Amino acid sequence: MNIIEKILAKASGKKVVHPGEIVEAEIDKAMANDITAPLAVLSFKRMDGKNVWDKEKVILVIDHIAPASSEQSAKMHKLMRDFVEEQSIKYFYDVGRGGVCHQVMVEKHVEPGDVIVGADSHTTTYGALGAFSTGIGSTEMASVWLTGKLWFKIPEAINIIFNGEMTKSVYPKDLILYTIGQLGADGAIYKGVKFSGDTIRNMGVEGRLTLCNMVVEMGGKNGIIEPDEKVYNYLNKQAKDDLRDDEDSEYDKTFEYDASKLEPMVACPSTVDNVKSVSEVEGVKIDQALIGSCTNGRLSDLRIAAEILKNRKVKKGVRALVIPASQDVFKAALNEHLMEIFIDAGVMICNPNCGPCYGGHLGLLAEGEVCISSSNRNFVGRMGSPKADIYLASPATVATSAITGKITQPA
Amino acid sequence: MLEIHGRAVKYGDDVNTDVIIPGKYLTSTDPKELAEHAMEGLDPSFTEKVKDMNIIVAGRNFGCGSSREQAPLALKYSGVKCILAENFARIFFRNAINISLPVLESKGISENVDERDELRVNLSAGVVENLSKKEVLQVTPLPDFLLEILDQGLIEYVKHRRTS
Ligand code: SF4
Repeated sequence: MNIIEKILAKASGKKVVHPGEIVEAEIDKAMANDITAPLAVLSFKRMDGKNVWDKEKVILVIDHIAPASSEQSAKMHKLMRDFVEEQSIKYFYDVGRGGVCHQVMVEKHVEPGDVIVGADSHTTTYGALGAFSTGIGSTEMASVWLTGKLWFKIPEAINIIFNGEMTKSVYPKDLILYTIGQLGADGAIYKGVKFSGDTIRNMGVEGRLTLCNMVVEMGGKNGIIEPDEKVYNYLNKQAKDDLRDDEDSEYDKTFEYDASKLEPMVACPSTVDNVKSVSEVEGVKIDQALIGSCTNGRLSDLRIAAEILKNRKVKKGVRALVIPASQDVFKAALNEHLMEIFIDAGVMICNPNCGPCYGGHLGLLAEGEVCISSSNRNFVGRMGSPKADIYLASPATVATSAITGKITQPA
Repeated sequence: MLEIHGRAVKYGDDVNTDVIIPGKYLTSTDPKELAEHAMEGLDPSFTEKVKDMNIIVAGRNFGCGSSREQAPLALKYSGVKCILAENFARIFFRNAINISLPVLESKGISENVDERDELRVNLSAGVVENLSKKEVLQVTPLPDFLLEILDQGLIEYVKHRRTS
């Protein structure tokens, strides 16, 4: 079996499983946020739910509109708080306590070998730590809250191998954008997506999180990387299970790429698979530059951006936003004096939350405006006006472009 | 609910959840309110069209993007009776079944159906009859347990399973 099959076999009490087989797996953790939890609470009540199956395994996060930006969102938050109170949910990250749900999960909850469902599509992120994790909807989340179980089809899997050393201006975000450009928005539909090769082994854990985060942008069911020493050190944990592919494990397809040949990449409006090299679109004028989100709002991302913005200024007429992905990231960035660099450069620092990433609040775009963003989706209307353009790129490309006022390749 | 009859309204590949229901409306949990904005990002005339064309026929990867159940809810309450697409993004597919909105993976559907064609869909057999073109298309039927969830909706399905 491959690592995905191993995790799902164990969780469903089977010795072996095969692609296509439907299993019912025990869920280790179930996460929902302020966009998906309220609907789940309503469904839970309609299921005559009295108690969640395990009050330590249900994790709730307010991140999409944090703090509330309207009476309506305040109402959604209140509904969540009441549910937390009523159910004595142990892990609830209210405004000021957590940050973007996936970052909170990575910091506090994910363990290698876990089966985790999240009512959010980017739940695929945790595969970078060796967990099987995938997104589900609200009513399904309610059924997990009740039963602690969920059905899965064992996915066929594809193996994406990167070898070679990335050049200086190329980052994990460029690798995943390149991959999505190659495979297309439906290139991995229903499939498990494993990353391997020496580029991945040499990559830091935070970069791996960026890869697995965006697997869903090519339709993937989950992303996964075999956990190694780096992961166990990052989590401060000891390895327990055997989380490596068996010698004879099978992959539906294998793609092999040379990371040393890649250039900085950008996903152009308005699909994530509309990927070009930055050099092809260099010079496109921007109105906003955003560094943040569950894709690239971590400490390593802020360090890269700060290094570029140090003693420089954001171009007049451009708004630059930095949104740390969590309170912990925010604090660490403060300790490293990164925030001073951003402030001196003319960057607006927002509180940890999803912000404009999905068009909720804090930095939306007007008709005709252009944003370059380190986030993960550039769909029509994703960040405000349906007539605004969003380009997705690495934090380095975003920071460099903020200085020049147009899409610019990092040095 | 096993047989559906209606006219086709057509869309292309990669119809994403952000155009089905833009993020700014997600603070509502009222399906009727959501339905007023269904497909707003892609086709502002959708809510009019769906009045007499209530079977969506689309290309690949329908419903890609976010996990928001508000997307299939908005479509269902706007009057959509069924969605036929080459394939679906997996979360959308599961969400649709869970809220009793029929979705069928239908290879070749885009080529074989024009907008306004009259269709009759048999869900359990996986058959789409194009009454306008007098053609029959065999598509992937849903497995029995999904038909059961589709029929009852996940809420009732879970309730029954727990009490039986
Ligand atoms: S940061 Fe963006 S992509 Fe990530 S969970 Fe928030 S809205 Fe979704």
